Amino acid sequence: MTAAALAAPSPLALRLRDALAVTLLGGLLALPFIGLVTVEEGGALAVRTRWSAWAMTLAAIFFGRLALRAALDAWHTRRPARKRAAFSSTDAVLRRAAGTSLLAAALLLPVFFGDNRYVIDTATTLGIYVMLGWGLNVVVGLAGLLDLGYVAFYAVGAYTYALLSTQFGWSFWEALPAAGALAALFGILLGYPVLRLRGDYLAIVTLGFGEIIRVVLLNWTSFSGGPNGIGGIPRPSFFGLPFARSAEGQTFHEFFGLEFSPMHRLIFLYYLIVTLALLTHALVSRLRVLPTGRAWEALREDEIACKSLGINTTTVKLSAFATGAMLAGFAGVFFAARQGFISPESFTFAESATILAIVVLGGMGSQLGVVLAAAVLVVLPEVGRQFADYRMLVFGAAMVTIMAVRPMGLLARREPTVRLNPARSSAP
Amino acid sequence: MTPLVTVDHLVMRFGGITAIDGLSLQVPRGAITAIIGPNGAGKTTLFNCLTGFYRPSAGRILLHEDDGSERDLTRLKGHRIAREARIVRTFQNIRLFGGMTVLENLLVAQHQALTRASRFALAGLLHTPGYRRAEREAIELARRWLAELGLTAFADTPAGALPYGTQRRVEIARALCARPRLLCLDEPAAGLNPRESAELKALLTALRDAHGLTLLFIEHDMSVVMNVSDHVVVMNFGRKIAEGPPEAVRRDPEVIRAYLGEEDEEAADA
Ligand SMILES: Nc1ncnc2c1ncn2[C@@H]1O[C@H](COP(=O)(O)OP(=O)(O)OP(=O)(O)O)[C@@H](O)[C@H]1O
Ligand SMILES: [Mg+2]
Repeated sequence: MTAAALAAPSPLALRLRDALAVTLLGGLLALPFIGLVTVEEGGALAVRTRWSAWAMTLAAIFFGRLALRAALDAWHTRRPARKRAAFSSTDAVLRRAAGTSLLAAALLLPVFFGDNRYVIDTATTLGIYVMLGWGLNVVVGLAGLLDLGYVAFYAVGAYTYALLSTQFGWSFWEALPAAGALAALFGILLGYPVLRLRGDYLAIVTLGFGEIIRVVLLNWTSFSGGPNGIGGIPRPSFFGLPFARSAEGQTFHEFFGLEFSPMHRLIFLYYLIVTLALLTHALVSRLRVLPTGRAWEALREDEIACKSLGINTTTVKLSAFATGAMLAGFAGVFFAARQGFISPESFTFAESATILAIVVLGGMGSQLGVVLAAAVLVVLPEVGRQFADYRMLVFGAAMVTIMAVRPMGLLARREPTVRLNPARSSAP
Repeated sequence: MTPLVTVDHLVMRFGGITAIDGLSLQVPRGAITAIIGPNGAGKTTLFNCLTGFYRPSAGRILLHEDDGSERDLTRLKGHRIAREARIVRTFQNIRLFGGMTVLENLLVAQHQALTRASRFALAGLLHTPGYRRAEREAIELARRWLAELGLTAFADTPAGALPYGTQRRVEIARALCARPRLLCLDEPAAGLNPRESAELKALLTALRDAHGLTLLFIEHDMSVVMNVSDHVVVMNFGRKIAEGPPEAVRRDPEVIRAYLGEEDEEAADA
């Protein structure tokens, strides 16, 4: 231990290594965004390379990361010792680097693909799944409660917004908290009867719950429009400015003096889901390191031991169900606002299964893993479109391969929520 | 010595099996009490009744509060025993939160205090100074018990990855972090090597002498029982067949017959 501590790399070496790791990832991500550009050549589309721009990006990332790291370290030294776990392990550094690069890529995407409707649309769908994955991660990944009816809460959120907006004229931002609260309530309603169930039994009951919600929506025509769904759901506006060619008041493009483009709304929706997903991420990662989150994980590990330590497992389970359901409710509101039309068809068991696959594939409990898995599950079928006939085959094969190679999911390593000895933990 | 807990005509039946059959005993305050008896005598079942995992078929378990009042623990449900009666236990088959680090295990044991400080996650989400202080104190308490049990080096290791003997100690440290008044250990020496066993003896006496805890433990390892306990209760077929100081119990003919019965019979057969 002591020898390892003495031989530990200097802060400078660590910083260089960290910056290199970030640059490597950034470079990979920047390759398609910055290194390549499509141009029109005589009516056909051609790809050109822009190596100099790419190299400059790399340099910017490298030095930017060094500076950021130095600034962050200076900030952290003013905090208690255990907070200084910045270089706890290479693994954590890589994770952080990957997270930062993904965030940068997400924020910059419309800058490079702003005129590509297909890319923005797919990315928005990806955003919804990432958010749903992070929400379900609370229930399945952290608390270890196998929930096969998660899509029910997504439906509750979507229908809440659809009804509140079309019937009572509520705006997106007004309906968002209401839908979240209602979905959380449904989470508790489901949670209560299944408190004593675990594993397979819990899975079956939650599956039933998901189907009940869908069947009710399908048959209660006077309330939900039945199979016809609800249409004409208002799209979110940019702080009161609608994304329309013309409107009674001022429109978005008039206010900003832009030429009207249908892409404005799509890009706004994209940024909206990125924001919602980031808020979800912030909430879940913060909850994870709080007593609530630790109790969720403890519940997953051993419920009896929890009880023996005075933990009320009822509260712990219900809080996990409610939190997960609330996040699905938020995602549902966004989904309804984006589509403008919803029907029970969007909330089938297949959706629940996809979201669950994202959590399991990502590595239960791993936030970054969810992003990677969502990307695999959303983008892969899109990429495979040209092999239409073999698409599901390739999809299935990919899932089987991942589970065979990494049975614990893409990113199975768990980051501790707190450390006693930040310096020592990097020693092998 | 005044008792901390009185078990009064306790009966626990499972279908046709009577695992505890009218058991009465007292756990003296500030002392170490050992419960011994052959396999299936009902020792673990007694623990399960005492710590709220089973609801006894009949009988009472009284906790004598410091102010002289009494409280029937059989009316207190599950998690409230650890919380309100401050009776915390370990398990015969270790039950750690295997995927979580040792330190995290010890923080989960302080869930109550931390949740209150985090105002049910609100203050925690806002990272208020009050919550930060509570968290620091919780880590400090964990750090003290880790040091006392020689576990500091493993603080950041996943509990499930540790050797068996170390896991036993982690489970005791975790129980201690729940600030018990009565600590119940179910076969703490099982699977320990001689060195670890000696350390356990020292730990148990230190918990009694330096920390003023009341201890109740089930054990098959007679060297541990004879060395550290002040009071021994012998059970067989759900009943108490003897009790007293270790030396007296060891010479009790009834105990020798019941506890060493199998060996006697083997000797007789030969
Ligand atoms: N939940 C249960 N359901 C049915 N029978 C049980 C249950 N728990 C314990 N028993 C029975 O009660 C009796 C006493 O078991 P217990 O576990 O208390 O024994 P023990 O004294 O702890 O033995 P050991 O030394 O082997 O741990 C056994 O016959 C056991 O089979
Ligand atoms: Mg036992």
